[in-house]
Amino acid sequence: MSAAGNLFEQQRANRRRSAVLVAVFVAFFAWVGFGGDLAYYLFTLDVEDGAYRHTVPWMGLVTTAIGIVMAWIAWQRGPKQVLWATGAWQLLDPNTLEEKQLVNVVEEMAIASGLPKPKVWVVPDRDPNAFATGIKERDAHVAVTEGLMKSLSRDELQAVVAHEMAHIRNHDMKLMTLLAALVGVIALMSDGALRMMRFGTFGGRRGGGSRGGGGGGKKGGGAGALAVIVLVLWLVTLILAPLISRLLALGVSRKREFLADATAAQFTRNPGALADALRKIEDAAAPTKAIKRGTAHLCIADPLGRRLTGKEGFLATAFATHPPMAVRIARLKAMAYEYEKTGVIPEEV
Amino acid sequence: MGTWIFLIIIIAIVFWAISAYNTLIRMKGETQNAWKQIDVQLKRRHDLIPNLVEAVKGAMEFEKETLESVIQARNQAVKIQADASPTGGVQALASAEAALGAALSRLNVVVERYPDLKATTNVGQLQEELTSTENRVAFARQLYNDTATTYNVKQQQFPWNLIAGFARAEQVELWEITDEAERAVPKVDLSMKPKDE
Repeated sequence: MSAAGNLFEQQRANRRRSAVLVAVFVAFFAWVGFGGDLAYYLFTLDVEDGAYRHTVPWMGLVTTAIGIVMAWIAWQRGPKQVLWATGAWQLLDPNTLEEKQLVNVVEEMAIASGLPKPKVWVVPDRDPNAFATGIKERDAHVAVTEGLMKSLSRDELQAVVAHEMAHIRNHDMKLMTLLAALVGVIALMSDGALRMMRFGTFGGRRGGGSRGGGGGGKKGGGAGALAVIVLVLWLVTLILAPLISRLLALGVSRKREFLADATAAQFTRNPGALADALRKIEDAAAPTKAIKRGTAHLCIADPLGRRLTGKEGFLATAFATHPPMAVRIARLKAMAYEYEKTGVIPEEV
Repeated sequence: MGTWIFLIIIIAIVFWAISAYNTLIRMKGETQNAWKQIDVQLKRRHDLIPNLVEAVKGAMEFEKETLESVIQARNQAVKIQADASPTGGVQALASAEAALGAALSRLNVVVERYPDLKATTNVGQLQEELTSTENRVAFARQLYNDTATTYNVKQQQFPWNLIAGFARAEQVELWEITDEAERAVPKVDLSMKPKDE
């Protein structure tokens, strides 16, 4: 199928991005530690004998170890963390007709996509929304809010589940789950490091560099300037890291919403139902309280109820987790029209 | 020098042939897998029907004909399913299942006329099961047709067609819908919402 080339490309790209993400994450932790060590080392280079000279980069070793452990935990426990954070409960034994319907719809979409059946979770929230999480295809999770089950028709619910299954098949959810877990850690880390700075770990030593520079001649002065540069760079990284990682999360998620919409249409052969579902979700866009900022990019529609998804334009685009709803709906409507006319779901509109 | 180039070309061809062979075998496996999925879903559909008939029988004494036709179509489909495989009998099975689908939607129209019957949760649950089963069959069919088409096209394309014989690749039958009406509305809607027809 023509869609296959696109799919494999997307899967490969996502695998690569996931690996890069983990590498950058560990590198960031290493830089936070070793950068601090380097600045400390340069400042204490010329101190008198007997005073403390920072030669063993223990900060770097510790933070790198922490980074690796954190990445490993995100890999292992990321999906559980995400689900836990939303207060979702697993739907194991469907009792009501609605629950039965949800389980059935998920099984139907597993057949259509040729994927193993994911686990089904329900988020106790009245606002309609849904997300998928997981690292492996065999261990994937689809979660929908109670509001979604209540307000959508069967076909619309199916379309939303298809969209989530599309994220699973395109390997989006692995990247997005890792992002959700790691972005949170980076924010914490940068917060903590900046607070430590304020306690004055370096404050007392700053004089040491210039004093040494005066006595040691040319070489010492170079070390002092270098130390300041390293320190400034180090601070800038710490301050900007949360913002950059958030923008990264947003940029990564926006693009794949369109692709997931298109793949969902391939699964259901009913693009109109997804358009209707998105309209209903958009109309009900009170904030989904159960879903926090860190997991926003996982959801089918921005759960924070930010009106940015209603706008177009550069800034709105850069800070929204999702493309404007109107554009998504228009694309799906175009697909539905094309399908009605030709009997073939177009790959891209 | 010439012999070296010749040798390298031979090796390249051998490697290509091996990978092409493996591709065809993999696609054959995928097609058979997709077929098995249809089989599972059809069996589910066939197993569900006696339950459904049992549940509505009491209240629908004078709709015997409708029930009879459902049971007959079901038994016919079960018989045909037994010896259908991707390389033969797909179309016969497809039309038997289409007949069963038509009989089921007639039954559903009749059930809609009995509000009391619909009100019992048992029937409501069964209708949801039936809707889901119809969808499962449709989606399994969709996956099978997509997989089978890719397989069919691949083994005919040059140069894969040179390897097709070695890999024992055969053209497989697609699950084609014979009924024009069903083609227009790909999904059988058996949901509990009233239809505006």
